[in-house]
Amino acid sequence: MMAELTLAARPQLSTRARLQYDSVREKEVLLFPEGLLVLNETAAAVLALCDGQRSVADIAAELGARYGRRVDQDVLTLLNRLAARRLVEAIPHDER
Amino acid sequence: MSDRPFGLLAELTYRCPLHCPYCSNPVKLAEFGDELTLEELTRVLGEARGLGVLQLHLSGGEPLQRRDLPEIVAEAHHLGFYTNLITSALSLTPEKAAQLKAAGLDNVQISIQAADPERSDRIAGTPSFHRKVAAAQAVKALGFPLTLNYVLHRHNLDQVAALIELAEQLEADRVELANTQYYGWALHNRALLMPTRMQLERIEPVVRAAIDRLAGRMQILYVFPDYYSQYPKPCMGGWGSRQLTLRPNGDVLPCQAADQIPGLTVENVRSRALEWIWDESPMFNRFRGQEWMQEPCRSCPRNTIDFGGCRCQAFLLTGDAGATDPVCYLAPHHAIVSDVLQAVNDGDTDGTQDGSPEFAYRWVDSGAAPILFQ
Repeated sequence: MMAELTLAARPQLSTRARLQYDSVREKEVLLFPEGLLVLNETAAAVLALCDGQRSVADIAAELGARYGRRVDQDVLTLLNRLAARRLVEAIPHDER
Repeated sequence: MSDRPFGLLAELTYRCPLHCPYCSNPVKLAEFGDELTLEELTRVLGEARGLGVLQLHLSGGEPLQRRDLPEIVAEAHHLGFYTNLITSALSLTPEKAAQLKAAGLDNVQISIQAADPERSDRIAGTPSFHRKVAAAQAVKALGFPLTLNYVLHRHNLDQVAALIELAEQLEADRVELANTQYYGWALHNRALLMPTRMQLERIEPVVRAAIDRLAGRMQILYVFPDYYSQYPKPCMGGWGSRQLTLRPNGDVLPCQAADQIPGLTVENVRSRALEWIWDESPMFNRFRGQEWMQEPCRSCPRNTIDFGGCRCQAFLLTGDAGATDPVCYLAPHHAIVSDVLQAVNDGDTDGTQDGSPEFAYRWVDSGAAPILFQ
């Protein structure tokens, strides 16, 4: 099994996945081999910030400020779920 | 309004260099030779995207037999589809793969028939193993995600460990270990393809261990043979609910053998808009929801989980497309399935395969009767 993402990890979308706006459903969708996820607003907001530069902590801080509450655990849970399906991958914090 | 579909399986042609005896294509292949033109396909793809389809599976037959495949892929990419090529890979040269990558293809799925060249070539009915392996390597070298599809049956189930090992060597991102589904040619060859219970019991721990060991590296999808299941498969995620199938001639189906069900008019994109076919056609509305169901499905708490199973399979096995899929142990016609399994398992003491099966190989033939090869 792979190691869990930490707050220090810098996640990015896997090259196997594509984030895209679906004008029919008026929602962001994550497309990947043999499957797709229709994203809710918060999941879409998290993925939009997964650029391989920001850490999970950075993303959580930015969204926390936007929503006015702590979202660290929510962000970590979502990203780990996606990482387990290899849709998100993390650049370890010591490999800049 | 009905739900919007997510996936379109576009069978671009039924031409194929392989002759696999489990092919899901119709037995009467020659009836679908009038293939949609690039212009027609472009229009249909636009209609599909407008309908909400996001995943496009380019299949066949062998989609590479269409010379305009790079143009089809480019149109699909331009429209915003996630495109998946489902191929035998025989003519997938590094140049062709690079051309498709440039056109915007997202994923490549290659079928391999067995773990060694001799057996793989025998099942495919043509020398092909080495070219498939070379194509898989070319696909990975270009940075495509690679799916390997292994159709499992009595004559390659014992190779599951070696099949997984081959997938690891080829650095596949995803592996489908898919037991044969009995439609088309596979139904014709069912008695020769159906695995024994002992074979299935033997490979289960092997598959389970590989799934755990490779988690996070390679995703393994194991499709259990529905004949051996307690409950039927949730076919297509429900009739006319998530997916549609396009035949090479433009026929549109909710499920792959739906055109064999009597009394249902097959609609074609040459005469109807795809949106009308999805929303309004009698074919797509026939088995939506639960109203059509008979007992025991009608009052079954699982009828929103498996939707009564596959309508095509119900028809092919019982003659009644509204019947409970006979795979279900509660189905009035379940004896049809248990008799098949009994015949396969009777006298099978150690689960070993028989020596030289006489498959009816998939063949394009103008007549109805398949040619039998040894």
